[in-house]
Order: sequence, then C-alpha cells, then structure tokens
Amino acid sequence: MQNLVRKNLYGDYGDKEMAGAANDEQAKKSSVPEWPLWEVFIRSKQGLDHKHAGSLHAADAKMAIENARDVYTRRQEGISIWVVESVYIHASNPTDAESLYDPANDKVYRHPTFYDLPDELKHM
Amino acid sequence: MDETSLEQKFQEKIDNDVRIEPKDWMPAKYRQTLIRQISQHAHSEIVGMLPEGNWISRAPTLKRKATLIAKVQDEAGHGLYLYSAAETLGITRDEMIEQLHSGKAKYSSIFNYPTLTWADMGAIGWLVDGAAIINQVPICRCSHGPYARAMVRICKEESFHQRQGFEILLTLSKGSAAQKAMCQDAISRWWWPSIMMFGPGDDASPNSAQSMRWKIKRFSNDELRQRFVDMCAEQVKILGMTLPDPALKWNEVTQHYDFGPIDWNEFKNVVNGNGPCNKERLAARIQAHEEGAWVREAAIAYAEKQKQKTLSLNASGGVAVS
Repeated sequence: MQNLVRKNLYGDYGDKEMAGAANDEQAKKSSVPEWPLWEVFIRSKQGLDHKHAGSLHAADAKMAIENARDVYTRRQEGISIWVVESVYIHASNPTDAESLYDPANDKVYRHPTFYDLPDELKHM
Repeated sequence: MDETSLEQKFQEKIDNDVRIEPKDWMPAKYRQTLIRQISQHAHSEIVGMLPEGNWISRAPTLKRKATLIAKVQDEAGHGLYLYSAAETLGITRDEMIEQLHSGKAKYSSIFNYPTLTWADMGAIGWLVDGAAIINQVPICRCSHGPYARAMVRICKEESFHQRQGFEILLTLSKGSAAQKAMCQDAISRWWWPSIMMFGPGDDASPNSAQSMRWKIKRFSNDELRQRFVDMCAEQVKILGMTLPDPALKWNEVTQHYDFGPIDWNEFKNVVNGNGPCNKERLAARIQAHEEGAWVREAAIAYAEKQKQKTLSLNASGGVAVS
C-alpha cells in the first residue's frame, strides 16, 4: 500500500534514473521494516523452569507466542512459553568474565566438602 | 589485546573444545565462513520445502499426507532455527533473504531436481535426508554454540524424515510391478545427486582445512560420503532394489564399498544455476516473499496501532472504564 502511494505521488518516470535516487528494489525494502526479534523461553513441564529455546521474528508479543508454538513446540516440547523482545535482553560481556566470576574461585569454604569431619558423624 | 593474541586465545578455546558464543571475540573470517555456511543451510531447508510441497495434495493416503505436511513444517522450522543462529553473527534476516533471491547465496543443489513421482518422496527421505543426517550429526559438536544447538534440535527431528522415506520405498517395493519399477526409478534418479550433496572431493575443497582447524567441520567430504555409500549399499538390499552404479563393490582390503566416478560437471552446472529446476525454485521463493509483503506490512501497522492504544491508556491512568 505504502509502495503504491509513494509510486503515485513521487515515483514517476525519471526518479529512478536520477543520481542518488532509491531504485525500486531499495524502496520496497525500506518500506517494510523487519519484524522485531524475540527470544523464546519454554517450560518443558510443570515444575521445571523456563529455558531459552531460540529466537524468532514477530510483529508483536501475541504473534511471537503463536510463532514460538509452531517453531519450538511441534513435538510437545513445552507447556508454557515466554517471549521477550531481544532488544530488552541485557547480557554480561565475556571479556568481563574474569573480574565478574573470579572472586568466587577462591572461596572453597562455601562448599560443604571443605569441612573435615570424622567418619563416625552420621546424617550430616 | 592485539589481533594476533586474540586469535591465539580464540584458537586455544577451539582446541580445548570450548564453544564460541555470540558475544565472544572471533576472527572476521570465522564469522564470514559461518554466516555463509549457516545461511546456505537455512536456505536449503526453506527451498527444500518446494519439491515435497509439490506432493502434499497428491499423497496416496491420509496418513502419508499428514506425514508429508509434518515433514514440510519441520523443514520450515529448521530454516528458522538456522536463520536465527546466523543472525547472532550480525547479519539480518532481510539481508539473508535478499542474498537468496539475488542468487548471491546458494542452497543445496539437490533441490534443483524435480520430483516426478510419489516414489520420489520416499527416495528423498531415505537418500537426501539420509545424506543430510550424515552431514549434520557432526555439526552438533561444531565450535559455534548457536549453530551447534540448532543442529541438535534439527538432528532429533530429521530421523523421522529418513524413516518415513524408507517406509514409503519399502511399501512400493512390495507392491505391483509398476510400483516396484517406480521405486527403482526414483532411487536411480536420486542416487548420484545425493552422493554429490557431500560436496567436492577433498582434493578440490580448499576451505576444508581451515574449517577443520576451527572445528566447524569435523570430517572431510570424502569421509562422510564413504560413510553414506557404505550405509546405503547395505540398506538397498532390504528394498530388493539396486543403486545405479556398476562399479559399486565391497572391498575386503579397505573394508568399504568402492564406487564409480562422480560427474562433477553435472554438479557444477546445477550449482551454477543450470539444473532442471533452479529458475522455478527461486521464482517460487521470490513470488511467495513478494506476495507476503502486505501481510508483513499489515502486521507491523497493527502492532504499532496497538502499542499507541496501550500508551494512551497508560497515560490516562491505565484503568479501562467499562
């Protein structure tokens, strides 16, 4: 529709031939923006948490859930779906891994096996 | 860190079987290679729907029809898993589709052959999906995380494709003389194109070595091809059919089947656009895309309208008055 309008109003002969003018192909592409990308999380069964399954494109949340049903649960892989637009996912940077996770490395005393107790001690 | 030490660290990770994830640093060439390979793979799944879609309306029974629809739906799903894996590498869906339509990106040349009879549905499942499985199983351990994960999902589903195909052929092989002939004809037509699916021989595959070092590829084209021939040469006996290769013979020394020379000219021709159906397949894809444009536009417009409505609702206190 937008295309037709544009064509009638501005797209007369000569536009295409002008230097720097968008040709038909580009006009077509820019008039239809890509549907946003969504990340899909699926709960495989009651009692388990939602797990990242993949991503897909959809115009809105409702369509994203419907598409996720078709793309990621064709074989009963899930009973609940979460979708979130990918732009809203914030991720840690892999190059920060050292400073982020290193502090946990030398704290073995956070694990039960750190404590040396006699074998006679039961139920602990 | 400079480029060389980054690259060194990257290779160390690969050597230690650490997966590369989207936000990790990777060499530009690794990224390019993967974009090319994954998008081609995605295009193959999408174009691969066409030869089989051709038979949905003419499937011989309701069971076969339901199966074929499910299979074609799977191919669509596989294409989508792969497109989104490629998108993590920084290419957009639109760019990939544009590359397919302009002919810049290739897809598996096997889909440029026509599906002439119902038996072709069987031969495609057994041979084409069989070859795809052999190609794909090692990619489940590929160094690129998103590609490997997509491939795990795909391989799980692909096994049904191969089995239903073999079952179609098995049924025909026990049928009338005409059905048996149809079965043999389909196997004869699909055998060589399937063999070619593994790509050029190792001596003619210059990028293989780098892909192996990066663990995008785990086995050479010829290794995988041999595995496929050995498998099919045995399986065809169960059908009571033959593979169209007079040179096919068990070799006691190598413990593999020997097979005849491959017609690489045909392969090159089909890859370069001169196969029996290249033009038809691409035209069908482009037509579907163009005819769907109004749907994509309408959905965006609707989503935008709904968003505006919610915004004005929220601005007025967020409570709807009924």
